[in-house]
Amino acid sequence: MTVATGIRGEDRQNAIAGWLFMTPTILIFSVFIIIPIIAAVYFSMTDWNGISPPIEANFIGLDNYKAILTEPGIRQTDFFTALKNTTYFALGVVPMQTIISLLLAVVVNQSLLRFKSFFRTTYYFPSITSSVAISLMFLFFYQKSGLVNQVLGTLTFGAWEPIAWMADPRGLIHIVLSWFGLTIRTAPDFLTQTSLFGVTLWSWISGPSVALTGIMIMNTWTTIGTMMIIFLAALQDIPNFVYEASQIDGATAWTQFRRITLPMLRPTMFFVVTLGLIGTYQVFDQIYVMSSGGPAKTTLTIAYLVYRNGFNNSQMGLGAAIAILLFIIIFALTMIQRRITGSEADN
Amino acid sequence: MATMSESIPQSNVNGRASWATVKQVLSYGILFLLALTFIYPFLLAIATSFKTLPEINQYPVSLIPRVVTLEGYQRLLTFNVPRWTLNSAVVAVAVTLGNLLFASLGGYALARIRFPGSKAVFLGILGTMMIPGIVLLIPMFIVLKMLGFVDTYAGLIVPKLITAFSIFLMKQFFESVPRELEEAARIDGASPLQIFFRVVLPTAKPALVALIIFSFQGAWNDFMHPLIVITVNQQLFTLPLGLALLRGGMGQNLQWNSLMAGSMLTTLPMAIIFFVFQRYFIEGISYSGIKG
Repeated sequence: MTVATGIRGEDRQNAIAGWLFMTPTILIFSVFIIIPIIAAVYFSMTDWNGISPPIEANFIGLDNYKAILTEPGIRQTDFFTALKNTTYFALGVVPMQTIISLLLAVVVNQSLLRFKSFFRTTYYFPSITSSVAISLMFLFFYQKSGLVNQVLGTLTFGAWEPIAWMADPRGLIHIVLSWFGLTIRTAPDFLTQTSLFGVTLWSWISGPSVALTGIMIMNTWTTIGTMMIIFLAALQDIPNFVYEASQIDGATAWTQFRRITLPMLRPTMFFVVTLGLIGTYQVFDQIYVMSSGGPAKTTLTIAYLVYRNGFNNSQMGLGAAIAILLFIIIFALTMIQRRITGSEADN
Repeated sequence: MATMSESIPQSNVNGRASWATVKQVLSYGILFLLALTFIYPFLLAIATSFKTLPEINQYPVSLIPRVVTLEGYQRLLTFNVPRWTLNSAVVAVAVTLGNLLFASLGGYALARIRFPGSKAVFLGILGTMMIPGIVLLIPMFIVLKMLGFVDTYAGLIVPKLITAFSIFLMKQFFESVPRELEEAARIDGASPLQIFFRVVLPTAKPALVALIIFSFQGAWNDFMHPLIVITVNQQLFTLPLGLALLRGGMGQNLQWNSLMAGSMLTTLPMAIIFFVFQRYFIEGISYSGIKG
């Protein structure tokens, strides 16, 4: 009981205290994360509809996975359409948010800059706002008569034709191709007739639709604040003497940025890109509120497909299988990215 | 050094000086323009929430309503919004308290108490951070259903009482507290529980404030979790859930003043917390480096 019982008593006391302190966490994590994960793997191999008692679900092996990945049909087409949309989403948002937030951080970090805290506060503010509130705001701005079209109209001196952003399924790459006369009617047969995983080649190269682009811009707008703060913290960790030394050697600001700032920020960059990938591959709230996957399924993302299958179409088993696949995709992407940035960091 | 400055022609120095000015002006220009794109949408949303429906879509958009009306806010009252706000507040406060207590306990244990299996526990928690939230959507629903937690406050609150993020925040903090404090207390014969509550916890104020902010923010803004927990009982909607479904219920006939009013109501509490505790937000993120 007392210190006098010596080392052994203290060890036991520590063991009891340690596990006691961890109990609430272990309990909640087991029930709401670990058991669900195991359950997810099991239910992804059943035909459970979400309504009948879970124990009555039939075990169907890998049928759900086959339906999604290999059997031609609506399930395969939906999954790969969602994968395509989500990938365009990530390819647009991750570089945009990383580059903009890095530049902002470098600019805001300048020692001579005034109103520093004003800029930091302003840029960060959207990050604390509810995704539903932001989505409703942008839904309003993206209307045909809304703010975005008005601003674009003013900037182009009236040349901009107002569009209903959220109702526009045209792909950006398709739009560019159409300027050169290449549309679905004039496109060569091998593009429009060949299907890869239930999606035609022509659809694969659509680019993000106008509607999806709208959501991408909004997403970038909301997240750069957080990313900027992360970069700022890392920038402040770079010791000043490194810059001073390079200045004596006659390095220009650009050389300093390229040779000192960027290499020193590599771990942070890895962190920000990982956060970005994980976030974009799960985009859900915004889709739910703004577009419900439409128009023409061009904003259907994997996360939304999981929800729609499970909760709207009573196909929990199928939804669980898609969720597991999403987990694998995100995990693989993170590993690939770690390998790329990791090997460069060694040099 | 002398030779270096001599080797730079005079004109070049002047050029550099004016380039610095140009750079300054350009920096401020871009920064302010960008600041405007962050502020203006919120101002316009506030203005719209006070406009009459016919005025809302008039060209060009204006930040000052011609007729100020509370119509948008009044309509919200008919949709049970006060109840949803109360629900959001109850859930957010409960979740915050849970995280405060459990994350401090867990973070302290992982940082300071040497107990068998601590490494495994730590790796386990780290592992759960790799699991994307959306993957848990369906299995979480299954567990909630089995526990009878669907359409209950318990379903909204209990799964969120502790997050891996909170634990890491506190673990990180406790690792920075000097050990001498506890040593002294231990020599005086205090038990681990006493040491924790009397000696260590009082030093953790800045970390606890950051934790309060992040937990409250997460719970207040959460949409996906309430969406799957609350299936039929509208009395248990939280504010974001209610708003999203309000929008869905309006179909094509969107009453923008009410939607913007609802959005601003959702934003306001976070905005107040943010402006009061700004410092802690920024510090919290930089400090933990693991927001997400």
